[in-house]
Amino acid sequence: MAFSSYTGVGVTALAGAVPHTVIDNYRYTDHFPADQVKEVVDKVGIYERRFADKDTCSSDLCFAAAQRLIDDNDIDRSEIDLLIFISQTPDYRMPATSVLLQHRLGLPNSTVAFDINLGCSAFIYGLNVVYALMSVGNYRKALLLDGETRSKVYSPKDRRSAFLFGDGGVAALIERDEKFGRSYFSLNSDGSRGDLIKINAGGYRMPSSAETVKEKVVDEYGNIRSEEQGYMMGGDVFNFVIREIPKDIKKTLEYSGKTVADFNYFIFHQANNFINSYLAKKLKLDTARIPSTIEKYGNTSSVSVPLTIADQLKGKLEGENTLLLSAFGVGMTWATAVVPFVNLNISDIVEV
Amino acid sequence: MDLNSFIEKFAEAIELEDSSVLSGDTVFRTLPEWDSLSYLSVIAMMDEEYDIQIENAEFKQLLTIEDLVNYISNR
Repeated sequence: MAFSSYTGVGVTALAGAVPHTVIDNYRYTDHFPADQVKEVVDKVGIYERRFADKDTCSSDLCFAAAQRLIDDNDIDRSEIDLLIFISQTPDYRMPATSVLLQHRLGLPNSTVAFDINLGCSAFIYGLNVVYALMSVGNYRKALLLDGETRSKVYSPKDRRSAFLFGDGGVAALIERDEKFGRSYFSLNSDGSRGDLIKINAGGYRMPSSAETVKEKVVDEYGNIRSEEQGYMMGGDVFNFVIREIPKDIKKTLEYSGKTVADFNYFIFHQANNFINSYLAKKLKLDTARIPSTIEKYGNTSSVSVPLTIADQLKGKLEGENTLLLSAFGVGMTWATAVVPFVNLNISDIVEV
Repeated sequence: MDLNSFIEKFAEAIELEDSSVLSGDTVFRTLPEWDSLSYLSVIAMMDEEYDIQIENAEFKQLLTIEDLVNYISNR
């Protein structure tokens, strides 16, 4: 069982960035009749999303968030020894975007920089990796950047994914400090479900070609996409969530010796309102302690957990607060974390 | 398990106002109210009410309301 635990390391500051373009989901009706759109939007509870323009990448959102984080917290750039960039919408297939960000952010060449390519659970994976590396004891400050432009991944003509996804980026500063109590992580993977959420083309198994960019009708409902665009089997993903997520949360609570009463807030991956209402009910959680951004930002993949903290908990994390983080997605991968936050500095959301 | 009480829960899950149109023989996928979102609601209902988690491949084999009831009873 892949549990791990750390002490004396934590997130000290957090900043988020979103594109300035707001998509009104009820009016996202170029390809589907308004009444059908309304039915889907009401069910998933996603009313607005942010879409990056064609020149804006995940890295640009993270860059803006990181600049704000560094300015607001007066961080000495030369003390940042570790930079990790989490995304499945990088700038290039190579080099790794983290390395380009090292230069853009004016960090020293001694900075350790690499990417983590994972989906919705990735912020928790990333935190775990950073906490582990920081616990070795030599690195002074770590920057965990997490950005996605999911709007560029899915077909607007496929109703199963057209209304769900949005864009965003965050920057988190992680430091060692005795003030941080113990954190606990559970990370999981199941590649047998690799075809539930997927983009078939563009890698080396199915290289991009004239064929892969062609739009095709893909099912009996008339949904249209190309092999270069993502798809999601929503029903199967939900089935997976029912099966695995409550179980993993319970196991992690047991491992940490905590109960649901010990948490100030529960931060769930913002997939859609339907799933999160289900989880709250299933785990008998107080919904007042479950902040949500699903209605205004949609599903921003791995960004949704930290973006929800940055957007909803500013001014609410004075003193020591214990948060439960839970996320799941493409892979499939899923992760649960019990994380103490002590006087987290949250910057205002930057619009790019 | 009682068929009528299951029909009530099923109708509520797919937001069907008049459950009297449903019977054990109803092929639920042909109902005008049935769509991919109803599928989510029904598997959530089966988990909440009967603690049953069903794989999509298994669910596809079930055609009528009675099939669902039998599946739940046999678990």
